[in-house]
Amino acid sequence: MPEWEPVIGLEIHVQLKTRTKMFCGCENVSGESENTRTCPVCLAHPGTLPVPNKQAIEWTVKLGVALGCEIASRALFHRKNYFYPDLPKGYQISQYDIPLCAGGKFVVPGPDGDRKIGIVRAHLEEDAAKTIHVGGSGGRIAGAEYSLVDFNRGGTPLVEIVSEPDVHSADEARRFLQLLRQTVVELGISDAEMEKGSLRCDANVSVREAGETDFRTKTELKNMNSFKFVADGIEAEIRRQVEIYEAGGEVVQETLHFDPGSGTIAPLRSKEEAHDYRYFPEPDLVPVEPSVEMIAAAMDDIGELPAARIRRLETEVGFDLAEGLVSSGRDRLYERVSGDRRAVANVVMNQLAATGVDPEAVNGTELAKLIAERERIPRAAFTEALERSGDPGFSADDYLGETAISDASELDPVIDKVLAENQAQVETFRAGKEGVLGFLVGQVMKETGGKADARVVNERLREKISS
Amino acid sequence: MIDTLRLTAEQAAGLLESGELSGDELAGTYVEAIGERDPELHAYLHVVGEPGNGVPIALKDNITTRGVPTTAGSRILEGYVPVFDSTVATRVKEAGLPLIGKTNLDEFAMGSSTENSAYGPSRNPWDPERVPGGSSGGTAAAVAGGLAPWGLGSDTGGSIKQPASLCGLVGLRPTYGTVSRYGIVAFASSLDQVGPITKTVRDCARLYATIAGRDACDSTTVELPEAVAVPDAEDLKGIRIGIPKELNEAEGIEPGVSAAVAKAIELAESLGAEVGECRLPRSVDYGLACYYLVAPAEASSNLARYDGVRYGFRAAGDGDLTALYSRTRWEGFGPEPRRRILIGTYALSAGYYDAFYGQAQKVRTVIAQEHAAAFEDYDLLLSPTSPTVAFKVGDKAENPLAMYLSDLLTIPSNMAGLPGLSIPCGLSEGLPVGLQILGPQFSENLMFRAGHALEQAIAFDFVPERLRA
Repeated sequence: MPEWEPVIGLEIHVQLKTRTKMFCGCENVSGESENTRTCPVCLAHPGTLPVPNKQAIEWTVKLGVALGCEIASRALFHRKNYFYPDLPKGYQISQYDIPLCAGGKFVVPGPDGDRKIGIVRAHLEEDAAKTIHVGGSGGRIAGAEYSLVDFNRGGTPLVEIVSEPDVHSADEARRFLQLLRQTVVELGISDAEMEKGSLRCDANVSVREAGETDFRTKTELKNMNSFKFVADGIEAEIRRQVEIYEAGGEVVQETLHFDPGSGTIAPLRSKEEAHDYRYFPEPDLVPVEPSVEMIAAAMDDIGELPAARIRRLETEVGFDLAEGLVSSGRDRLYERVSGDRRAVANVVMNQLAATGVDPEAVNGTELAKLIAERERIPRAAFTEALERSGDPGFSADDYLGETAISDASELDPVIDKVLAENQAQVETFRAGKEGVLGFLVGQVMKETGGKADARVVNERLREKISS
Repeated sequence: MIDTLRLTAEQAAGLLESGELSGDELAGTYVEAIGERDPELHAYLHVVGEPGNGVPIALKDNITTRGVPTTAGSRILEGYVPVFDSTVATRVKEAGLPLIGKTNLDEFAMGSSTENSAYGPSRNPWDPERVPGGSSGGTAAAVAGGLAPWGLGSDTGGSIKQPASLCGLVGLRPTYGTVSRYGIVAFASSLDQVGPITKTVRDCARLYATIAGRDACDSTTVELPEAVAVPDAEDLKGIRIGIPKELNEAEGIEPGVSAAVAKAIELAESLGAEVGECRLPRSVDYGLACYYLVAPAEASSNLARYDGVRYGFRAAGDGDLTALYSRTRWEGFGPEPRRRILIGTYALSAGYYDAFYGQAQKVRTVIAQEHAAAFEDYDLLLSPTSPTVAFKVGDKAENPLAMYLSDLLTIPSNMAGLPGLSIPCGLSEGLPVGLQILGPQFSENLMFRAGHALEQAIAFDFVPERLRA
């Protein structure tokens, strides 16, 4: 059996959170009643004309700079022509041969070094409206009785980012996307929430035998609305293609839909079938010429990028925690809390994350105190304190008064009981898998109602098992 | 009793200012005249008769007016009542000019006779057997027929200059980018421009001053480099006038048209202009072909919005989305828009773009360069506006290519984004002949000055002979 190398390129759409839409003055918000954020321009009434949103152009330039792109000195808008009810003008104003941003590199740190994913382009366009197909199956147009259109979303500024086919695994695709999302969020230009559709990802997937230099037929995978589904969908598509080749078949170029429920992939029959979009330069707009000042301002505005922060924090807490902290945005809290770096990272990434408390609301000084004392106080008290840590006026002192049970004579009977009841885990530990100790500590905690001193329990467990 | 056939907008403004006449009386007089003569001329699609204190105005029905139907002469916009005003309608309103009504046009401004209107053709006040020209033929027929003191048209390939010529009026196609296109039902975005159709050059300058200037709603507009000057000089001293050989000797120019234009050129010389010959060979050879790629290509995209989903006409019947689109568009568009949508779609298609649309854009650059070279030696250029005088209704309706040749002389400078003024310069076979005055970008003031001086010297009577009291 040959070894197969996946070749993956991503197309990512990011809705910008500008105050108004891309080409009209309508408020750019989601979640409002249908067709209440519309005007003659975004409904394409006869004679209306687009006026570009300056903020959207500035933000696209900023994103381009963050992606290491070349910013065009004279970018063009084009019309992409096709008929669909979600496209009131019968064309989408997009960019074609001269996008605002092109030729970038996005660094994705990995456990074995940096991966550089090429960015073909990042261009600005307008989002389509939303169609709702009523009747029929699965909300698809096929078989629907009728369709409704909500034009609130129509005309939202949308940046399309196209990567080179530099991604070589589903996991790498997920990492790239997560880090890109974090970058976009930090630039303050989008909420980039996949569940809400403000961040959308399509993947072009092909596979080839290791060592091959040519690309084989690719398929386009759509509708993956979470990071997990992106990884699962790509993984499933890689498997599907490999199976086809190994059975002596050929992959057909097509657009596919990933169904996360069943984990299956099916051809997508929709407006995305082969089209001649008849692109031509939008005659209603003049070329966009980002000034040197605009580009300089974008450069000034960009802080330390996530990739750089992962590399910096990696030296303190190791790669996994560093990546976790940065790509969840929790590293800002981590940096505000003094104390043992690994302990702080662990608490911020794990126990605190489990509480759902907004990290931005947490007082770093108080959290630092709490973490420093975490082994001396009962675990239940520590957990409760974390749950409250985002409250205004939160004080760690309120929880530091209680002391965990550290007296061995009090703990030993409980520890003996737990060991007796969990012989299998004890054997596992003895066989060298020390990770199981956490389970045993947990059992002791349960028995003591969370009041045992974790450090003492740890020590006593080790002593007793090894004796 | 006011003679609306003879009254200029400037004179009407004088009557209002002196209090000899109230705005309502003036508007009422035009509504009466419409009742009398519009059944024959069919200049109007909707008569509004708005009261007000200013000089009333007629607007071509592709100029969006809030609360007043705007059909662009098409069945596909039947019953469409806009919820907003075009920028020119707003400016006209702010200047206090009440709306008399909306005038007829070739469907989506595609045509040179108004015969392509879904609502039937307008007639030429000089001879109702003949067309008033087009596509702004309704506005021209209204002004020449005394049904409006002045009006606005739109010009893509000659749709202001040519009807002005055929109806013995003054028409200005302004420099591209000086008048907002916001709210003008789009035909070919890179060429469309709104401008006045009036009885005198002074009226034309006044109306142009009212509508011109940058508009935040139209990114392609610019601020005028200098304020509009209403002309009063009566000589042409110091003005260098070029006579482009190809525009004056093109095949199909009627002898009577050539003769009237030649006389006007002699007059120009006698008024002190330096006159010389110049050349625009490629502009005239390729202008029309180039235009019939660029304009339909843009039209095919601009007319895609008429799909029956949001407003206007929607075909009855069951079926899926494609059926709704194709039936609505087949029943809603007349033959000329259909023809141009097909040509334009073809010209933009994958594999043909470079050969057609891309190539046409390059030729357009060549045309602009050729004009720029001519304007190094001359301040203005003169030629006939239309190769012919008004033709009979039905004469060219079945022959699109013959109809397209009506715009042979107006198209080249339009492709270069340049302004053009047409003024009447005499009669041929009892019908008006138009003189086309071309200038470089933003040369409207110079064109007005020359146009006014020539107008005074020519002393053309703009009242149609058959209607003179």
